[in-house]
This record gives sequence, structure tokens and C-alpha cells, in this order.
Amino acid sequence: MAKVLMKGNEAIAEAAIRAGCDGYFGYPITPQTELLEYMSRRMPELGRAFVQGESEIASINMVLGAAAAGKRAMTSSSSPGVSLKQEGISFLAGNELPAVIVNIMRGGPGLGNVQPSQSDYFQATKGGGHGDYFPIVLAPSTVQEAIDFTILAFELADKYRNPAMILGDGSIGQIMEPVELPEVESKPPDKPWAVTGCKGREKNIIRSLYLLAGPLEARNVILQKKYREIEANEQRHAEFMLEGAEMVIVAYGTTGRVAQTAITRARDEGMPVGLFRPITLYPYPKDAISSLVEQARVFLVLEMSAGQMLEDVELAVKGTVPVEFQGWLGGRVPTPSEVTQTIKEIRTKYLK
Amino acid sequence: MPEGEVVFARPAALEDTPTHYCPGCTHGIIHRLIGEVIDELGIREITVGIAPVGCAVLAYHYFNFDTVEAAHGRAPAVATGIKRVSPENVVFTYQGDGDLAAIGTAEIVHAANRGENITVVFVNNAVFGMTGGQMAPTTLPGQVTTSTPTGRDVKVDGYPVKVAEILAQTTGAAYIARRTVTQPKYVRSCKKAIKTAFKTQLAGLGFALVEVLSTCSTNWGMSPMEALRWLDENMIPYYPLGDYKVIDEVKALP
Repeated sequence: MAKVLMKGNEAIAEAAIRAGCDGYFGYPITPQTELLEYMSRRMPELGRAFVQGESEIASINMVLGAAAAGKRAMTSSSSPGVSLKQEGISFLAGNELPAVIVNIMRGGPGLGNVQPSQSDYFQATKGGGHGDYFPIVLAPSTVQEAIDFTILAFELADKYRNPAMILGDGSIGQIMEPVELPEVESKPPDKPWAVTGCKGREKNIIRSLYLLAGPLEARNVILQKKYREIEANEQRHAEFMLEGAEMVIVAYGTTGRVAQTAITRARDEGMPVGLFRPITLYPYPKDAISSLVEQARVFLVLEMSAGQMLEDVELAVKGTVPVEFQGWLGGRVPTPSEVTQTIKEIRTKYLK
Repeated sequence: MPEGEVVFARPAALEDTPTHYCPGCTHGIIHRLIGEVIDELGIREITVGIAPVGCAVLAYHYFNFDTVEAAHGRAPAVATGIKRVSPENVVFTYQGDGDLAAIGTAEIVHAANRGENITVVFVNNAVFGMTGGQMAPTTLPGQVTTSTPTGRDVKVDGYPVKVAEILAQTTGAAYIARRTVTQPKYVRSCKKAIKTAFKTQLAGLGFALVEVLSTCSTNWGMSPMEALRWLDENMIPYYPLGDYKVIDEVKALP
């Protein structure tokens, strides 16, 4: 298949279209606006729904409506806008509705800036809104992965009737790379629970309200069972030069990509270092990290945040091996040289 | 009349179940009117209702068709999402004054202005009912509530929001009316308006809303009869009944 040059935001949009997205509802915010713009052109061409909502809140609730109607639906935004969507994401989870949310992260807190960041990790992976729930979170490190994971997000959302999120940093949204756009074969499953009009069946009710403690507890038990199933089945990660690595770098998205370059250089200099790159941030690939404690003498977590994923690595490692951390704040992207320098320092501290 | 012919029955669009509404509350009448209209239009099997947050949150137990529960104020956005991907469905929201006129003002104004082809039944009882009678945007000046213990002071709390008047200003709205259900003549007129609001959607003419002035005897601290009288004497002068916007295509509806 011929490759085409695409910007991350537009590639995600086209991938969603190929995945059969029936409705897109969004609101402009840098650095994801090209996604909305692309959808505004393509969705009407295909006779599908596009609405520029009056707010992020309205947009996510339009997604909820379209998902309730049994259709594949999506919204996209960047950090401050995704904060506004959290109410709707909690309702999607509580109602067990599949939908895809894209967060092209920018620097925070507050208005922050429009530079790439990974500081929404806690919000994305720990629930974000109120209540006991998790969205499925996928973290692309290339434009090709942004395409592949967007398609996967629709499939996983439908499979588990749960919101799924693409968590990319601003550089994933803005970068242009040659990509292959796959033809998507998978079709959405039947959705007998959807509100489509009750012709020929009992009425369907989509709700998250259970007034009494007993029924709501029972409801939560069902949801938690689903999350354990997701955790058992859907942990994903990529590995790079892990063979013989005594230092295991854990990094995702753009940081993982920068680390890969640094690791190549470090290996050239004979340093035994490799990369563990989580693809699913929820469910976190903790089983694979846990199994690496036999091999690793030190873990090094790199993030464009003050140390959020770090906590999940520490939980997986359970104190058996030292876990070091370096973060970049305020929308600053690390250079491979900075990472190589850190690798050398950690090596001196632990491996000599 | 032939012997045994049924001339009055519960609409098929309503469930055979008691409601949780207080004695004297007019939600029940409004539910019934919606049920009758849906039956008469023959649309029960294609209708999707959106239940709000507030006293009508359990409306899905009382309506006998597909329903979705929305977050507080977001019903017009949820309805928009459904209608845009499933235009063959009839989609309506049922919202109270806290839901629609406070937390949901952005959603309702923009749904109206987009000319979203949905129907809204807006129940205005001048108070937050479900949470125990706090001031609503529609609480009248001087009205005592649990959060305006000395009466609504417009200098502090601002003025009651006139939803029908505001939404009639939106270019996208096709049909905006205010009714009540405190007397039989008003009930008949209200049913006609609700029917027009659904017919507006069926004809694809755009956004339709009926504001229904409603009682809350429990939180107003009145008997059911006192509440009906209080509404007529106090709410109707502030919120006059009538048609606030009827586009020509709606006027021409059969």
C-alpha cells in the first residue's frame, strides 16, 4: 500500500472515518484543531454527522447521545478541554457506552501552553471524572500508531462498552509522517441495548442512576468485573533493545520515541540499556514490567510530566529494583542528548 | 355507543405504574399529555426520550419507550447526538427549570439556535424540586425558598429567567410556546402545544419547545389546591401564557 504524508491530527481523523465513526462532535482547541477541521470536511462528504458543539461539555454529551443510539462516535480536544469532558466520560462509563475521546495533551495546569506535554496521565488513566471507572487509554508514539490505535480504540470501546481514549502529546498531533491508511474490515457488533425506538422489542433504558445502595453496589461490581477482564486481556506494550538490558527505560508516546534514539546511541557505546514502551496506559502493562525485575538492575522512567506514570512503574516493580525518574515540565520535549546524559549518570550510579 | 367500547384508557406510551411525584405535582399531567400525543401521532416505537436530572429523573420508569438519562442540563446535547446520527427517530427532552434554565443554559440556547430538529418539554415550577426547594433561575422575586429564606432579592439573586421569551429570539427556533396545566382549559391547550411541538419535528421544521408552568406544592409549602391557585395568580402574570414564536411552516401544519 502506498504511503501518504499526514499530520497526526488529520491521520487520527481519517482513521476514525475508516473505523466507521458515524458522528464526530468537537470544539476547537490548540494543538488538536486540525482534527476537528478535517472532520468538518470529510464527515458531511460521507453523509455522517459532524457538529461543532458550543462547548467541550456539549460535545462529549453529543457523543454520549450518538453512542446511546448505537453508533460509533468520537470527540477530540486538548488538556483544558478534556477536563471539561470528564463529566461526560464518567457518564459514558456509568452508562456503559462505547465512544472514543482523543486528548492531544498540552502543557498545564490551567491554561498552560500549547506545547507538547504528558501531564494528563493521572486524569486519563485513573478515571478522571467521579466514580469508580477507567477509560481504556492508548498512547501512540508515531503517526502510524495514532492511526492504528484509533481503529483499535473503536474496537475496544465496542468490545467492552466503555469509553476509550487516545492519549497523544502535542507533537503526535502536529508532526507529519509517511503513513499507511488501512482498510478497516471489522464491523461494529450488534448493539441490542441501544435506544433506536422500541419497535418489536421491550423498551431500552440507558442510565447510571441507581437510587439505593444495594443496586448501585451490584452495578459497580459488574463494572469492576469488566475492568478486571480488560486488565487481564488488553495490556499492550512495545520493546526496543531490551535483550540483555540491565537498565530498563520506561517511557511512552513522544518520550518513548526520544528514548529510542538515545538508547541506540548508548548501545553503540556499549551500555546495556533498553526500552519498555507502554501502549495501553489503562490497562497498564504491569505484568510485563513485573517480569522484567528478574533482568533489570534499575528502571528509569522518563515523562513529560512531574512523574505520573512513575507511580504505576513503582507499583509494578514493588520495591524490588530501584526506580529512577527524569521529567520535563511546561511543554518542553527532551532531546536524545539529554536522555543519553541521564542514561550515563544512572549507569554510573547503579551499573558500575 | 356500542356496549363495552373503550373510550378512555392509559396511553400505550405510559407504563402502568405509580409515580414518585408528590400529591398536587403536575408532572403527572404533563407526562400523560406527552403519552397521549405520542400515541395519537403513532410514534411510540420510534421515539427516544431524554430524562433530566431533577424530579423527572425517573421519567424512564413512567414512559413506555426508549429513554436515555442525561447529566444535569445536558439533555439538549444528548438529544442532538441521537438525532444527528439517527434522524429517523423522534427525539425529545423533558427538563425542569434547574436543569434547563440554570446549568443547561448553554446547551438549550445553542440547540435552539442551531434549529436542532428536536422537541423540548420544559417544566417550570420556579424551584429546585428534587434537592428540596432551593431557588431556581425561575423563582419569582420575593419568593421564599430554602436558599432564599427571606425571599428572592433581585439585587442579590438576579431576576427570574424567562426561557420562552429568550429562546423565541433565536433564529433557529421554529416553535416556542408557554402553557400551564392548572385548569382543564389550560390542559387542553397545553396538549395541543405539545402535539404541535412533536409535529414540528416530524415535519423536519427544527427546534420546538413548550414551557409548562407547573406546581410544586411540597416545596412551596402549600396544599395542592393552594399551589394551583398560587401558580395562576403569581406565575402566569410573570410568565404570560401564549405562543412566543411560530414560524409560518409550523402555522401551516395540519
